[in-house]
Amino acid sequence: MTKKLLLGVEAIGQGAIDGGISGVYAYPGTPSTEITEYIQGNEVAIARNLHREWSANEKTALESALGMSYAGKRSIVCMKHVGLNVAADPFINGAMTGINGGLIVAVADDPSMHSSQNEQDSRFYGKFAMIPVLEPSNQQEAYDMTRSGFELSEKLGTPVLLRITTRLAHSRAGVIPVENAAPENNLSLPSDPFQFVLLPAFARKRYQQLLDKQSLFEQASEESSFNRFTDGEDHSLGIICCGISLNYLMENYPDGCPYPVLEITQYPLPSKMVKKLEEMVDKIVVIEEGYPIVEEQLKGFFGYGKVVSGKLDGTLPRTGELNPDIVAKALNIKSYIGDAIPELVSNRPPALCKGCGHHDLFRALDEVTLDYGNGHVFSDIGCYTLGILPPYHSGFTCVDMGSSVTMAKGAADAGLFPAVAVIGDSTFTHSGITGLLDAVYEKSNIVIMIGDNESTSMTGGQDSSAFGRIESICAGAGVDPAHIHVIEALPKNHEKLVKLIRNEIAYTGVSVIIPRRECIQKSARRASENKKQIIIK
Amino acid sequence: MKCDIVLAGVGGQGILSIATVLGFAALENNLYLKQAETHGMSQRGGAVQSYLRLSDQPVYSDLIPYGKADLILSVEPMESLRYLPYLSPEGYVVTNTTPFINIVNYPDIKRIMEEIELLPRAVAIDAEAIAREIGNTKASNMVMLGAATPFIDIALESIENGIREIFGRKGDTLVNINLRALHAGREFSEANR
Repeated sequence: MTKKLLLGVEAIGQGAIDGGISGVYAYPGTPSTEITEYIQGNEVAIARNLHREWSANEKTALESALGMSYAGKRSIVCMKHVGLNVAADPFINGAMTGINGGLIVAVADDPSMHSSQNEQDSRFYGKFAMIPVLEPSNQQEAYDMTRSGFELSEKLGTPVLLRITTRLAHSRAGVIPVENAAPENNLSLPSDPFQFVLLPAFARKRYQQLLDKQSLFEQASEESSFNRFTDGEDHSLGIICCGISLNYLMENYPDGCPYPVLEITQYPLPSKMVKKLEEMVDKIVVIEEGYPIVEEQLKGFFGYGKVVSGKLDGTLPRTGELNPDIVAKALNIKSYIGDAIPELVSNRPPALCKGCGHHDLFRALDEVTLDYGNGHVFSDIGCYTLGILPPYHSGFTCVDMGSSVTMAKGAADAGLFPAVAVIGDSTFTHSGITGLLDAVYEKSNIVIMIGDNESTSMTGGQDSSAFGRIESICAGAGVDPAHIHVIEALPKNHEKLVKLIRNEIAYTGVSVIIPRRECIQKSARRASENKKQIIIK
Repeated sequence: MKCDIVLAGVGGQGILSIATVLGFAALENNLYLKQAETHGMSQRGGAVQSYLRLSDQPVYSDLIPYGKADLILSVEPMESLRYLPYLSPEGYVVTNTTPFINIVNYPDIKRIMEEIELLPRAVAIDAEAIAREIGNTKASNMVMLGAATPFIDIALESIENGIREIFGRKGDTLVNINLRALHAGREFSEANR
């Protein structure tokens, strides 16, 4: 057993392979992307030819994983937290159907919004769907909990949510994996042919079964070796640490914490363990990353009982990720802060790469739309969101995947003219096509600019399933082919692109302009890979 | 042994190659290690950092607490100043002097260098110039790593092995250039600390 240096997300990928998956399904999203990429590059995964292609979005991914589970095999589906909003329908209903082959839904939350629009806490989704949630505190646990999570899923007959946050996702540590990956399950259909049929008559039964299972889920948490209680000599305070927060606590007590500590890494909350802690201490502090979900559960609505503090009473900040200093402050431990950052240090926000084709799109779009004043361009989620920031003015909204098309449509419905949507090829594939159908059906007066860099670039250049077919998809959705234009996104085409945008704004109806040029990061990577291959040959 | 390092730079400058070499060296010495990286949006030319923690005792937090870093190793001068709150009272700053200017309000480089000179323990090194002399400016990150080695308690040999491991598949020439870069950086640092 050799120690491997793995990111938290890679540890999950290795755990999934060693847990005997037959497939991974995912749409890329920071900080979850590398779970899938790790599996894609893994020798065992390649030798076994596990399913490891990207899906069009998180919903199609989760449904496919559920289909694999239906067929008796183990699967993992991976996404970032907001992706679970997209996949919420099959997620909640997958809890109703239960599983056949083991199924793990791995979701990476992004507190502090390093690369996201919000910092929603996926543990709430787990509670909403009423399924077990695993929240590893370190890379080894991320591996172990994933690997054993498939057995747990099969034993309890339910999908299991695996929740991590950014720091664990993107931090490396030594992980000791098992020698051999578990064999894949055999193909087998569910013993109950109506298990996956959520017609009302069957669904009512399934719902009752799900409710009946809740005590089993809680018992599993009580018995889980991942939920641990460690006593301390000072019972004036008891500490509940969820997931990664344990590390920040122990960082402050390298020689051992003086207070009793309950580590929670598996939910539903093990109420007996919590009760045991409550009985022995004067008050409780809950340290959890994300929303105050455990704190809310423990806090007395009428103010009776022992004091429970955490994010709701300001002991810990309500927003942002945790760190050792925040936890130190909550426990009244003094910490030293080095010199302040000198005033002259300026911020360095992210920017579009030099030579990126999106520059050409925004230069032209700014030139046309600035005549109309602010507020006419609806942006979306991707590298091109950066067109909202100086030096460009191309975007006044950025809400969720695909919303550029539909918000432009709604604003046009309200009478805004012009209304221009800016969306990337992968985001269009993910959630733009359905909005386009609405716009075509109603002949909405909008211009859709699809910045096609033939790549899902913000997350590292993954392939998109509509590669090379964007214009035919638009035509197929019913856009008049006379108003679908593909143009190479290059500085020399600037005047041409400006004219195209002006013409299509003048046209009343749905127009699609596709400035296309491969992501320069992706071309550079391919060039360097080709070079390597030549050297090897 | 405990060494907490903040690696700093700008997205695209490849600070992770430094972390990878050190990670290999740490594993070879059976040290505990945690290394938190920046992925996602900031990688597009934004300020990026990696927290690298090496110890002979288990490492808990993936993040370095304020005032606990033994070393700030920055491949860009302004970025070296951004993480000063993390530096311990005895900590060192090792920084490249070549600015990476991708913002309109980049401060006067002279003023940045003045701030760095004010620091009690700092080594400022023109890694590009040294790498150019060696024959490949791409080796500047290994010059920076070399300049940091006097402040990292890991045998130089293990770090050399890390370079052999990481660059090995790209051929001996590249390995040797990076090894020379490592040594040149180390020599500069020892002469100028």
